[in-house]
Amino acid sequence: MSGDIKIGVYVCHCGRNIAETVKVDKVVEFAKNLPNVVVARDYKYMCSDPGQELIKKDIKEFGLNRIVVAACSPNLHESTFRKACKEAGLNPFLFQMASIRELDSWVSEDVEKATEKAKALVKAAVERVMLHEVLEIQKTKINPNVLIIGGGIAGISASLVLADAGVKVYLVEKEPTIGGHMAKFDKTFPTLDCAACILTPKMTAVKSHPNIELLTYSEVVDVEGYVGNFKVKIKKKPRYVREDLCVGCYDCIEDCLFLEPIYESEFDAGVGKRKPIYIPFPQAVPLVPVIDPNTCVYFKTGKCGNFCRDACERGAIDYNMKEEIVEVEVGTIIVATGFKTFDASRIVQYGYGRYPNVFTSLQIERMLNSAGPTGGEILLSNGEKPKSVAIIHCVGSRDENYNEYCSKVCCMYSMKLAHLIKERTGAEVYNFYIDIRAAGKGYEEFYKKIMSEGVYFIRGRVAEVTDIAKSPEEEGKLIVVAEDTLLGRVRRIPVDMVVLSVGLEPNPDAEKLRSLLKLSCTKEGWFLEKHPKLAPVSTVTDGVFIAGACQGPKDIPETVAQAEASAGEALSLIQKGEIELEPNIAFIDEKKCSGCRVCIAMCPYGAIYFDKEKGVAVVNSALCRGCGTCVAACPSKAAQQYLFRDEQILAEIEGVLSI
Amino acid sequence: MTFEPKIVGIFCNWCSYMAADLAGTARLKYPENLRIVRVMCSGRIDPQFVFWAFKKGADGVLLAGCHLPTDCHYIEGNFKCLRRYKLLKKLLPQFGIEPERVRLEWISASEADKLQKVSKEFTEEIRKLGPLNIEG
Repeated sequence: MSGDIKIGVYVCHCGRNIAETVKVDKVVEFAKNLPNVVVARDYKYMCSDPGQELIKKDIKEFGLNRIVVAACSPNLHESTFRKACKEAGLNPFLFQMASIRELDSWVSEDVEKATEKAKALVKAAVERVMLHEVLEIQKTKINPNVLIIGGGIAGISASLVLADAGVKVYLVEKEPTIGGHMAKFDKTFPTLDCAACILTPKMTAVKSHPNIELLTYSEVVDVEGYVGNFKVKIKKKPRYVREDLCVGCYDCIEDCLFLEPIYESEFDAGVGKRKPIYIPFPQAVPLVPVIDPNTCVYFKTGKCGNFCRDACERGAIDYNMKEEIVEVEVGTIIVATGFKTFDASRIVQYGYGRYPNVFTSLQIERMLNSAGPTGGEILLSNGEKPKSVAIIHCVGSRDENYNEYCSKVCCMYSMKLAHLIKERTGAEVYNFYIDIRAAGKGYEEFYKKIMSEGVYFIRGRVAEVTDIAKSPEEEGKLIVVAEDTLLGRVRRIPVDMVVLSVGLEPNPDAEKLRSLLKLSCTKEGWFLEKHPKLAPVSTVTDGVFIAGACQGPKDIPETVAQAEASAGEALSLIQKGEIELEPNIAFIDEKKCSGCRVCIAMCPYGAIYFDKEKGVAVVNSALCRGCGTCVAACPSKAAQQYLFRDEQILAEIEGVLSI
Repeated sequence: MTFEPKIVGIFCNWCSYMAADLAGTARLKYPENLRIVRVMCSGRIDPQFVFWAFKKGADGVLLAGCHLPTDCHYIEGNFKCLRRYKLLKKLLPQFGIEPERVRLEWISASEADKLQKVSKEFTEEIRKLGPLNIEG
């Protein structure tokens, strides 16, 4: 049998990425002398067209029936080379990749040792590929429905692209309204166009689109299945107001037992108040109130005149509403769960929570919003306009004590806030910054414009915000103490108001979703893309895409671009109608099976059943996902896994140890 | 001359092998002694792979999978791996093999630095233990 095997080995230089650390010519010489190797070559870039042609030509010329490419990670180019094999008439699974870049040249320092390691990895691949067999490609149908998790600007943009293309979309939002963070802003940088004017029409479009099923105040609680065939359970929290009956007239809110709003409004980041029954903001979608049972007197004590219920002419108030589980079936999932802002009270020396005139940038955004709690006025805690304002950049960002990364949007939004504060109050505005990061279309120009408006920029990280005055002009003020690194001395700037430009952090719900969807996260908790450059919205879980700030800090234009990219990826799968699956499923050799049924208990998918007549276990290949845990458990070696047969893995282990 | 141990890594495809890819992309250097073999899931790791590795000249075997409890791409393969690992640790001394020669680590796709740290540590430990020489 082995006499029939003809292997071609191709070693890639990857420019200098491999060739710098691994002596490629030595590896080729070594490969030439391995058993069954007919031809071994090297090339600058094996993945390029000429590189692939080289393989195809050799397959035809030498009648090669096994191919080994020693190059980058199989995660990057395995599919490329499998395709090349297929195009040359060779079954694509008679191929094996040796990762001598990610696993060797990039992680090694010693050229000799790295070259020896490369030889071992090549030998392992050669030994392994000899045992490869012809396999059929498995295909699965793609359910054309899409689930989008998160109703911020990312989720909204992706929903509309897909729905307009005729795709059924389930949009799930945990808050009572869609809109996300963008709905809280007044203006957006660098164009200063009004956030509401560009966002609310999209929100309304989502609500009225026949292809979008909007599930607000809802959370994804369970996901089963795989690409093309996900079964998702969504928990709808009770809002105690029926969406199908409510027309958003506000009568119930007006008639509430509480004549004035006294509870902190979550949407207004603590600067506004709401009643126990409330609509987060006037342009909310859906425009349906929600009752907070933690503050509502009826829910707390049962003693209330039920004024809201009686006020509703349509009988939309329903105190008996229960939590509901909705099940949907989708083929692809887009995760767009966004971010949360850094908790400014963690930096005690900045005084947030201690001094009433220290605000977060999000609170200032709400004040600036003309539909917000102050009607667009910037006000101190005593209701007066500030005469001087300090904006502290990088709060919780670029700081080893909190987050090392740059939150990317704070420089730009701080400058936007500086502009708006100056415009509305005429106050002197001081920006305390480390560096100004204004890389983006029109961003540097915006920075220049703000500087020309007379906003002060002081370069230096703020040490503290204090109310302890050292001179008469500091009396009654907040004093911002910082080292001005351009002047080389410590400065004390007395101001009326301090704004903390808080950074972005992953949404706390991301962790739960990560484990439900089997995604990966960076160590900070941002979702990890499949490849930072070539697959920026794909994830390790096929059929699950990511969009917006859940992947890392980003501004609105980037978020929308990513959202539409993820919609494009989903659409591409839907349009294709089916997807090729790795044929690495398990099977059981009934001649060897003793019928012990150990494998049945092992399978996490219930994919193995017992054939009573034959007395053997059988794998249902449609349900098998190819983990191979049954194979590892089988005492008779009757269970095996395609592409990961015992002998293939053992050959690879022996190979890597050979040198 | 210092003893250069041979170490086989058996890594799951979704977390640990991804971490190895990331270590590459991030150019994190670790000892050339570690040679990584990929399986789909840590639940696929048959204890015989470890014995085979020792038989074929390995001085140490590093197993790696997704974090407990819920990171496994196949629901619970990491738990199965853990159970087999614990049994394996008990079995090894009966063959005269120090149980320290096998190590199981949970390495997520973003933990390239953990891979670097673990592989350096493990190589040093095995270097101290010396060659296994199972056939000699």
